[in-house]
Amino acid sequence: MATLLQSMKRIWPARRTVETAVSKRPVEHLRQVAPPIDIAPDDPIVAYFLSAPGAVEVDKLHLDSPALRALRTAGVKLAIPLVSQGELVGLLNLGPRLSEQDYSPDDRGLLNTLATQAAPAVRVAQLVREQQAEARTRERIDQELKIARIIQQTLLPQELPQLNGWQLGAYYQPARAVGGDFYDFLSFEDGRLGLVIGDVTDKGVPAALVMATTRSMLRTAAQHGDSPGEVLKVANNLLFPDIPPKMFVTCLYAILDPATGRLQYANAGHDLPYLSHDGSSSELRATGMPLGLMPDMRYEEKEICMAAGDTLLLYSDGLVEAHNPTRDMFSFPRLMSLVGQYGDTGALIEYLLNELRSFTGIGWEQEDDVTLVTLQRTGDSHMSDRSDANNILEEGWRVLDTWPIPSAPGNERDAMKHVEATVRELGLPERRIERLKTAVAEATMNAMEHGNQYQQDKPVEVTVMSSAHQVAVRIRDSGGGAPVPTQAQTPDLEAKLSEEQTPRGWGLFLIRNLVDEMRVSSDDHQHTVELIMSREEEDDANQGA
Amino acid sequence: MPTRALEAHVRHKKPRVAVIDLHGEINGFAEETLNNAYAEAEGESPDMILLNFADVDYINSTGIALIVTMLARARKSHVRLYSCGLSEHYVEIFNITRLADFMSVFPDEATALADPAFATEGK
Repeated sequence: MATLLQSMKRIWPARRTVETAVSKRPVEHLRQVAPPIDIAPDDPIVAYFLSAPGAVEVDKLHLDSPALRALRTAGVKLAIPLVSQGELVGLLNLGPRLSEQDYSPDDRGLLNTLATQAAPAVRVAQLVREQQAEARTRERIDQELKIARIIQQTLLPQELPQLNGWQLGAYYQPARAVGGDFYDFLSFEDGRLGLVIGDVTDKGVPAALVMATTRSMLRTAAQHGDSPGEVLKVANNLLFPDIPPKMFVTCLYAILDPATGRLQYANAGHDLPYLSHDGSSSELRATGMPLGLMPDMRYEEKEICMAAGDTLLLYSDGLVEAHNPTRDMFSFPRLMSLVGQYGDTGALIEYLLNELRSFTGIGWEQEDDVTLVTLQRTGDSHMSDRSDANNILEEGWRVLDTWPIPSAPGNERDAMKHVEATVRELGLPERRIERLKTAVAEATMNAMEHGNQYQQDKPVEVTVMSSAHQVAVRIRDSGGGAPVPTQAQTPDLEAKLSEEQTPRGWGLFLIRNLVDEMRVSSDDHQHTVELIMSREEEDDANQGA
Repeated sequence: MPTRALEAHVRHKKPRVAVIDLHGEINGFAEETLNNAYAEAEGESPDMILLNFADVDYINSTGIALIVTMLARARKSHVRLYSCGLSEHYVEIFNITRLADFMSVFPDEATALADPAFATEGK
């Protein structure tokens, strides 16, 4: 007697395939493997096998079953169902005995015992195979989303426009791999600047696709420098026929004349911008329906004149609708109040992101895309009037993300993890990522230990920024006082090995050797270290020597 | 983010050669583990000790200082210290700090043990 175990594979959605291996006469065909047999879930043979107490003689079955016909064609004489937890997971199929005699009761008993023992093992093997297939699918989807995110990043401005007497800032963080928020800057030949912020309903891939379309349509509509209301009207009519049902786009479009400070704007249902002026804040109202809902809409146009020191904030609802652990919402009033209090003492975006982190607490799972765009009239046509001379945001960098790291030993690993995840999307070469991670870890350790004396209620603020050619990580403690040393002496390893010097003292030296530039500033309240690294490929032979 | 505490296991691979397998992170928390492992390895009076970093994913400046301390200890007792299994990044760190000048860096344990230094002096 030859017995060959057959395994049943599950074919999604519910079709079953039995790889049939049948012994046949003559002997030379003993190990012939028959083709897989599909068993549809509604095939009556499934119910029969589930109710059968053991081995089933295939020739004695009378069912209108495609699987039964397939079994007979394959030469199967005896089928023993493999049932695990009430589910048919396979069949143990046998052809005729070599002796041409029927299978004996002993044979059947042995086969039934074998089937009882084999069924759970087959089920486990199937589950493992299913999990492996799911893991492969997840990996593929992750890879596709990663590419989608990179593509989406290319649709956002790679650099902030440089305008004398004006300071621009931008922040974009989708809740998922890709998002429906967007912002854009449009430079016109006459020196004016268009500013766009938008939010597509929904999140993830559908929103990202509509975002890409809307951005293109807005660029098309705005190319002749028409007024904001006219541009939104044209964009709405372009978008309306193509946008999927139940989706729409809120969008604010403004045009700045940098020479005069005149800002014209129109709003397609987007969150109202806030203007910070003389220590208070106000909403900029203009009415209009979101894009893509109805054709031939009209958009109200308004304008203001921004004075020196005024700051405009454009934002998406991911900020105001963020919740804290007790489910309170960040809210419009809170944001409006913060913009009023901000008082031009630093970068508004970082200020708001820190407030958001404080509000939501560490470990917040971002619910919606968060986008912020700021426009500040500095009042000086040559340089910003901010007090922190080492703050590289003055040069038009984009904040990618910022986090508070509680000051506790070992938490520098958190900073490394966050920074790695953020800069990886910039396509930084792997070796540079590793160098930056180590430099960030060392600077964060210094900030936690020397700046904040490991007081957990004093977090270290880590901010990642990028420009077209560089990436920078700012690490700021709450220490102040004695300045951070900037010159790293090369450690004397011989002296350390002969125990003439302490074995420590490597941190600053490592940072200096791992990043392209380190900038340090201190005041009475904080120390700031900025680590700057080129995003370009390099001649690695020159590194680490 | 929880840190991955260092674990160290000592093997006496060849006559007068000890291998210390390191697992986890080499930071300020690793001092006692490293000291104990080194003392255990030294107990059999080896000529050479091979530090196997293959399962070490993080070394910070305090960890570098601990390795310097271990190297100083080895030099004092005329034991030669070697390393293997470092990632590309940490090989670079060993080059920057010049640790690589004082303890040869091998890609893996097999390569290290096949090196003539181990074959001849380790017997």
